[in-house]
Amino acid sequence: AGPDPLITEVQPWASGFGDGVDVTPYGLPIRFEGDVIRRNVEWLTADTISSINFTPIHALDGTITPTGCAFERHHSGAIELAKDDYRLMINGLVDQPLVFTYEDLERFPREQHVYFCECAANTGMEWAGAQLNGAQFTHGMIHNMEYTGVPLRTLLAEAGLDAAGELKDKWVYVEGADASSNGRSIPMEKAMDDVLVAFKANGEALRKEHGYPVRLVVPGWEGNMWVKWLRRIEVTNAAVESREETSKYTDTLADGTSRKWTWVMDAKSVVTSPSPQSPIKHGPGPLVITGMAWSGHGKVTRVDVSKDGGMTWETARIAQDGANKALVRFYLDTTWDGEDWLLQSRAIDDTGYVQPTKAQLREVRGENSIYHNNCIQTWHVKANGEAENVEVS
Amino acid sequence: PVQAKATAAANDQVAEASLTDGLLVGAAEADTAPAGLRFGLGRAAMPEEISAWDVKIMPDGTGLPAGSGNALDGEPLFEENCAVCHGSFAEGVDNWPKLAGGDGTLAAKDPLKTVGSYWPYLSTVWDYVHRSMPFGNAQSLTPDEVYAITAYILYSNDLIDDDFELSPETWNEVEMPNADGFIVDDRADTEYTEWRTDEPCMENCKPEPVKITMRATVLDVTPDQAGDEAPADAAEEMNHSNDAATVQPTDEAAADEAPAAATEAVDEAAADAGADMGAPDPELVAAGEKIFKKCKACHQVGEGAKNKSGPQLNGVVGRDIAAVDGFKYSNAMQDLPGDWTHEALAAFLAKPKDYVKGTKMSFAGLKKDDDIEAVIAYLQSYP
Repeated sequence: AGPDPLITEVQPWASGFGDGVDVTPYGLPIRFEGDVIRRNVEWLTADTISSINFTPIHALDGTITPTGCAFERHHSGAIELAKDDYRLMINGLVDQPLVFTYEDLERFPREQHVYFCECAANTGMEWAGAQLNGAQFTHGMIHNMEYTGVPLRTLLAEAGLDAAGELKDKWVYVEGADASSNGRSIPMEKAMDDVLVAFKANGEALRKEHGYPVRLVVPGWEGNMWVKWLRRIEVTNAAVESREETSKYTDTLADGTSRKWTWVMDAKSVVTSPSPQSPIKHGPGPLVITGMAWSGHGKVTRVDVSKDGGMTWETARIAQDGANKALVRFYLDTTWDGEDWLLQSRAIDDTGYVQPTKAQLREVRGENSIYHNNCIQTWHVKANGEAENVEVS
Repeated sequence: PVQAKATAAANDQVAEASLTDGLLVGAAEADTAPAGLRFGLGRAAMPEEISAWDVKIMPDGTGLPAGSGNALDGEPLFEENCAVCHGSFAEGVDNWPKLAGGDGTLAAKDPLKTVGSYWPYLSTVWDYVHRSMPFGNAQSLTPDEVYAITAYILYSNDLIDDDFELSPETWNEVEMPNADGFIVDDRADTEYTEWRTDEPCMENCKPEPVKITMRATVLDVTPDQAGDEAPADAAEEMNHSNDAATVQPTDEAAADEAPAAATEAVDEAAADAGADMGAPDPELVAAGEKIFKKCKACHQVGEGAKNKSGPQLNGVVGRDIAAVDGFKYSNAMQDLPGDWTHEALAAFLAKPKDYVKGTKMSFAGLKKDDDIEAVIAYLQSYP
């Protein structure tokens, strides 16, 4: 091969102009990255208005999810609600029922935290077997953002909780302004702990699809509770048992009984590359295996990777110390000689919880749980560098 | 004297207050401030505002408004508002939720979770129909209509007789079969005890050799691949995610929404529009857009319109009947000769099932000629 013309010949970009600073007042990724987008699975739902799409995790690195490709889930479409039209009501067992405007919320002391938000149904299609061939589809109902907002406890204190009496058996019912309303009951203990009433994500106003102008952030707990377009917070003496906490987001066990109030998202991880949508293209030699891990119980302290379907494990490198209830990025800097791999990862959190296998989960829950599938994922990496979603013995 | 000591320090104090204290807010003790007010932000919620937004129903029926209805009243309401997605007998259409059936299937391989087989509380049904249905026209049903539709759903599940009058007074007489079918999250006892371990296995962790037992490519249901169709049983499994429900607005509700002026315009325009297939009257188009809300749950029109449970409707006025590529029409529709002339569309929209016996479209039809003209004008505006 001769010298590389990309080097030896003057290229147009080295000679002419690029764009001026007035060309892109608010930018999107360069066109070469146009396939790094949210995708939905058409056959999954009857209608895109009440549906979900998936974050392209196979193509991302780091931990913060770019807002424009962070997954969306709506039950009655992403509504357009202006700040001027925004009202937040607190009522129920409070001393003084209150109404806040958007501006009011910005006048309370604020906090900032990075948290992951995972839909309870993430990986739900995989209970009965390997089904979708891509990390985006098996694990893409998740995003991880930096939120700015007011602690829910601050707003509850503003309304006064004397009227509620003993707090530990009280609840907070939260609902959205959209037609689905998506009401959920949250125990007071969690409401007073780390729940945020958020209005900024990744530094900017929430996107419409993520609940502009105000959403609830319920760290470590299933995404359905992170009510978008939050319009009402009610202190109650019992769970309301709304549609989203009875007919949905409940986990049916093998004997037909169902678990309810399964709020916490247990520790989980997935290798994002190599994976079916991110095959090895460079041939044998040095290879970076990477993926992400998270736990609703706290911090991920360690991630192990197996290349032989779980026979042997080696500990991966966590790029940056894990934050509480936030994603960590892991790397295993290794060598691939073109052999077949059954590639897996398992997360371990600071409570000592070790991410289970699908067999372990099935043994306790059967195959009809739908939600909360945090099993170890297997990719079959083949000699040609392609990877496939498989289940192993 | 609204302001208590509103400082960030006060906020920290709130943060640190423990639940067991029962008394969380220092300011609540301050005699000078109204109880609970710390920063003095927000304003008192008025009773009318609270009652407008606080419409939740507790499991024991607390919060139910006065009213009543039975399944006989509910049947035509269900047909008109709900059947297009949930089926005439609440059996579900396509991927939309099934509301009836599934008795005794919860421990089976593919449980059918319906109001009858799964939902533990009647309050949830009433609340959801009242609050979030019909899909695309939520909060348009009167309490009596919600009682009647709820009764029809119960009747479809053999839980009440067709003349059982559902009301706050009879609420507790209804028994939900799966009321005792739920346990509170027990992962702490059944899973965490097993899976929290000091040191997980690193070598020789399972018997050799590890074999592949299942491959995703066998199913071929991943988007971006040739053959995007799901195998029937995979789609069936996915019904969990299809947790929307769709229904159509009532004629009355939609008509009420149309401003009086627009309605008058419809009257006038309809009078002289006749069978004219020329450029549609803008006011008539505007009126038609409102009425089209009834159709939106199943049909799209305009730029980028796609087939949903009904075919996309761009250019429908004047086109071949059953001509949209990729839509599975009923045999009856496929066998119907001719084009969608203005006349044919009007007749179909008036009584779909009479005009095309065997059509999949379960919409009952538009009662008013003016509405029909307006919808046709609206569709005509997307040639």
